[in-house]
Amino acid sequence: MELASKRSTRVEVETASGQSTAVRPHARWVRTSHWIVTVSFLTLAFTGVEILMVHPRLYWGVAGNELTPALLELPISRNYRHGGWDKPTPFFADVDGPISASRTFEIFNQNGWGRSLHFLAAWCLVLPGAVYLFAGILGGHFRSYIWPRAGELAPRHFWREVVDHLHLRIPPATGGPHYGLLQKCSYSTVVFVAAPLMVMTGLAMSPAVTAAFPFLLDIFGGYQSARTIHFFTFVALLLFLFVHVVMVVKSGFRRQIRAMTVGE
Amino acid sequence: MKTTKLITRRRAIIAGLASVGGVVLSRYPEDLPPTHGNLLRMGDTLTYAAHRALLPRQSLVREYTSKDITSFPATGTTDPGAREGAPFGDAYRQLRSGAFADWRLSVEGRVATPRTFSLAELKELPSRTQITRHTCEEGWTAIGQWTGVPLSQVLDAAGILPTARFVVFHAFDGWIDSIDLLDALHPQTILAYGMNGQDLPIPHGAPVRLRVERQLGYKSMKYLQRIVVTDEFEDGGEVGNIQNGWAWYTGI
Repeated sequence: MELASKRSTRVEVETASGQSTAVRPHARWVRTSHWIVTVSFLTLAFTGVEILMVHPRLYWGVAGNELTPALLELPISRNYRHGGWDKPTPFFADVDGPISASRTFEIFNQNGWGRSLHFLAAWCLVLPGAVYLFAGILGGHFRSYIWPRAGELAPRHFWREVVDHLHLRIPPATGGPHYGLLQKCSYSTVVFVAAPLMVMTGLAMSPAVTAAFPFLLDIFGGYQSARTIHFFTFVALLLFLFVHVVMVVKSGFRRQIRAMTVGE
Repeated sequence: MKTTKLITRRRAIIAGLASVGGVVLSRYPEDLPPTHGNLLRMGDTLTYAAHRALLPRQSLVREYTSKDITSFPATGTTDPGAREGAPFGDAYRQLRSGAFADWRLSVEGRVATPRTFSLAELKELPSRTQITRHTCEEGWTAIGQWTGVPLSQVLDAAGILPTARFVVFHAFDGWIDSIDLLDALHPQTILAYGMNGQDLPIPHGAPVRLRVERQLGYKSMKYLQRIVVTDEFEDGGEVGNIQNGWAWYTGI
C-alpha cells in the first residue's frame, strides 16, 4: 500500500515535466548515505593530499621513483625536488642502465597515520557506498531520478541547459530528488564512473589485491598509471564538489540543506 | 505484484549481506593480532581480516623480466654501521670488514631445533630468483631481481612447531617487525642475498634482507640479524612499527 502511494506520487511529478515543485523529499537512506559519503570523501581528500605530499611525483607505467623521470612533479611539499642523493652506482656494466643511490635527506613523511586514516575512510566510503549502489539499483532510485532519460538527452535540450547554467540561471531547489539534466549527468558520472574508478585504481595499488587479481594492473597499465589516474579522478571529483556546492548555494542554500538533513 | 517486488528487494539485500558476512566470518582469522589499539589500527585490522578472509591465500605477485629492472632508490637505513652510537653499529662494521663471513642468522623461538645459518649455509639451500615490483609506502615503485632462499626452507630446517603463528625479524639497524605464517610460508617470501645478479649491496640490506612481496616495501626488512618464531603476536616494543605509528599489516 505504502509503496503504491509512493509510485503514484512519482508519476505525478514526471508528468509535470520536471518543472513542478517537488512533493517528494529525499529518502532517509539517501540523506544518510549523502553525509557518510561527504565525511569519508573529505577525509580521503585530506589524507590523500598528505600521501601525495610525501612523494609529489606522478608517473606512467609500472615503476617510477626519484631516480627515474616523472610524468609530472607537483610543487606541494618540501619533498618537491629535494635532491639529497649520494653518488649513483650502476647495477650493471651498462652505465646508462638502472642505478642505485641512497637518500641522504630527511623527507616530509606523515604516512604512518595518513595512510591508515586514508584506508579507514575508504572502508567508511566503500561499505555504505556498496549498500547505496545495491539499494539504488534494486529500489529503482537510479532509474527514476539519477539516470538521464533518453528524451532529455536531445542535443538542443542539453545545450539549452548548458547555456542556462553558464549564465547561472539555476532553477530553485525542489527539496527532493527531482533533478535537472546536467545534475543527472554529473551525478551519474560520479556514481557510475568516478567512484568505481577511484576504488579500482585504489585496489590496483594494493600488492596483496593485485597478487590475487593481476588484471587490475593490466587495465590501468601498471601501478604508477593507476596512481596517476587515481589522482586525476580525485581532481575531477574535487571540481564536482566545488560546482555542487556552488549550485546548492545558488538554488537556495537553506532549503537544500534542510532537504538533505531533516528531509523537510 | 508490487508487494512481491518489495519483498524480493529486501530478501536480495539480506541474502547478499548474509552471504558476504558468512564468508567473512567462516574464514576470519581465529585470533587477530592485537593491533587495534586506536581508531587507525581498527581500519588496518579490518583490512587484514578482509584480505585473509576474501583473498586466495597463496596467490603469487606478478614477476617481471630482466628488461623491466629499473633504478632503485635506497631509503631508510642505508648503512647500519654509518651512524655513531647505532645499536648494532660496531657489530655491523666488524662483520662488513670481514665480507660478512662471520655473519650468522639466528633462527629461534618456537622451533624444534634453534640454530644459526651462515651466508654459505643459506646459499646451499634451494634458491629462488624473482623479478618483482617493490612498492614503497611513500608512493614510488621500483623493479629489481632478488635471489635468496625461501623463508619456508629456513623455517623447515629449524622445524617450526605446530602452535607457531608469527615470525619476528630483528635487524642490525635496530628495527623489529613481524609477519604472520601465511606470508612467511608464501613461495615468494625469501631471504634475499642477491640483487640484480650480484651480492646484495649494503644500501639495500646486505648481507641478507627479507622480501615480502604481497606487502609494502617497509615489511621487507633489511640487514637481518635474528628470526624469532612466536605463538603470540609481539608488537616489537618501542622499535616496532605499531608504537611508531605505522600499520603492521600493509597488504593494503
